[in-house]
Amino acid sequence: MKVVSSKRTPLYESHSRAGADFTDFGGWEMPVSFDSIQEEHRAVRDDVGLFDVSHMGQIAVDGGEAQTLLQQLTPSDIRSLDPGEALYSCFLQADGIILDDIVVYDHPEASEYVVVPNAGHDEELDDQLREYADGWDLDVSLENRTTETGMIAVQGPEAVDRVAEAADKRIEELDPFTVTETSLGDVECLVARTGYTGEDGVEILFSGSDAEEIDRLFDDVQRCGLGARDTLRLEAGLLLSGQDFDPEGEPHDPFEAGIGFVVDFDDGDFVGRSALEQVRDDGVDERIVGLRLEERAIARHGYDMLSDGAPIGRVTSGTMSPTLGIPIALGYVDAEYADPGTEIAVSVRNRSVDATVVDTPFLESCGE
Amino acid sequence: MTYETPDDLQYTDSHEWIDDREDVLRVGITDFAQDELGDVVFVELPDVGEALDRDAACAVVESIKAVSDIYSPVSGTVTATNDAVVDRPELLNTDPYGEGWLFEIDGAVPDDALDADEYREQIE
Repeated sequence: MKVVSSKRTPLYESHSRAGADFTDFGGWEMPVSFDSIQEEHRAVRDDVGLFDVSHMGQIAVDGGEAQTLLQQLTPSDIRSLDPGEALYSCFLQADGIILDDIVVYDHPEASEYVVVPNAGHDEELDDQLREYADGWDLDVSLENRTTETGMIAVQGPEAVDRVAEAADKRIEELDPFTVTETSLGDVECLVARTGYTGEDGVEILFSGSDAEEIDRLFDDVQRCGLGARDTLRLEAGLLLSGQDFDPEGEPHDPFEAGIGFVVDFDDGDFVGRSALEQVRDDGVDERIVGLRLEERAIARHGYDMLSDGAPIGRVTSGTMSPTLGIPIALGYVDAEYADPGTEIAVSVRNRSVDATVVDTPFLESCGE
Repeated sequence: MTYETPDDLQYTDSHEWIDDREDVLRVGITDFAQDELGDVVFVELPDVGEALDRDAACAVVESIKAVSDIYSPVSGTVTATNDAVVDRPELLNTDPYGEGWLFEIDGAVPDDALDADEYREQIE
């Protein structure tokens, strides 16, 4: 079956010329791999790789009460952000279930915040921002810039130095989770020291019309697709929206999903607060864990986790770790099985494969 | 992209190849199939002595991207399996017609097997 996607990023043409295989992801036609997933993965762990992440959303939130809107709509303390800082957070439903996880950038030069949700979630989050802004009668202006914005991630131990070569400002001095405005070549960009690979690196936002020029600046850098992006983020124990949590298929609150650190109960009311207070007081019934499989097999999304043959949870993501050479997975188990070292099993095509609960990131808990 | 399709092999429309140059048939997956799958990380083979029906799912090839069943192109008894690919699944990517073979089976090439030209037409 050929899935016809509705949208192409500003880098589609150049990545098509570079030999990408494409797949549909969140309504976008995205490169899944250029050479081989393992080669692209290794480039990011050992050197540097470049990803097209223009499919991520970009929503500008401006106006006198932009901060209030985000403060009340996310569980995090947005007021603690200074211009040029970034924060990982999420949007919740009123029942505390995660709608999507986001990065909020407090623009280094302009008064606005830039909210970056996952692919395919920009319209839903834009709607939610509008709805609450109207409901609370806040003075904000919202602009969904997803279509006209280009975004790349340059990741790996050599990434910052490589981007610094092309940058006007000394981006090597950027702290993690900070963002600056600089030109790369002749293109005005926002460069942030953020990423989704577990490596050092930056994410770069620019006008989509400048995409070809930005791409040319990094001609010599290994192009990487969504395949390597998935194996890299999984080794780092990072969650994938729509797969490791999803309001329809895998409804979870931040505590179950292991991202309770985004929740700040000390700074006022926010959407989902009373539901999360309940979870905080009662504890979670199930939570996400890392798994190391003890035999060669891949635990894929939806596979059952077992204890003495009885189902105790479900796998949400799994792969063969290219760096560690072992199969790893994430999934939700009943809380009593969630301690590291607990021995369970995963049902892989009707075969019971031994697995051990481990801490994430896998690179630390399962590395040498 | 052009794929390697050796002239002296037979093919199936599910992307297995059959080598009938010896007394037993040797079976593997095609260059096209390995490229579609991407990095192969796990291979499960039938047992030697196992009797297979034609088109029965008899082996599993799993890549980072996807898991695929391999179908026996013929009915017969498995006479040998390639243990090397169990330990080094990447052989399916690097040498699908050589070191990446899967199993050997005692049987006859079916009449409707594709020759190299017919298979090339199918994957174009």
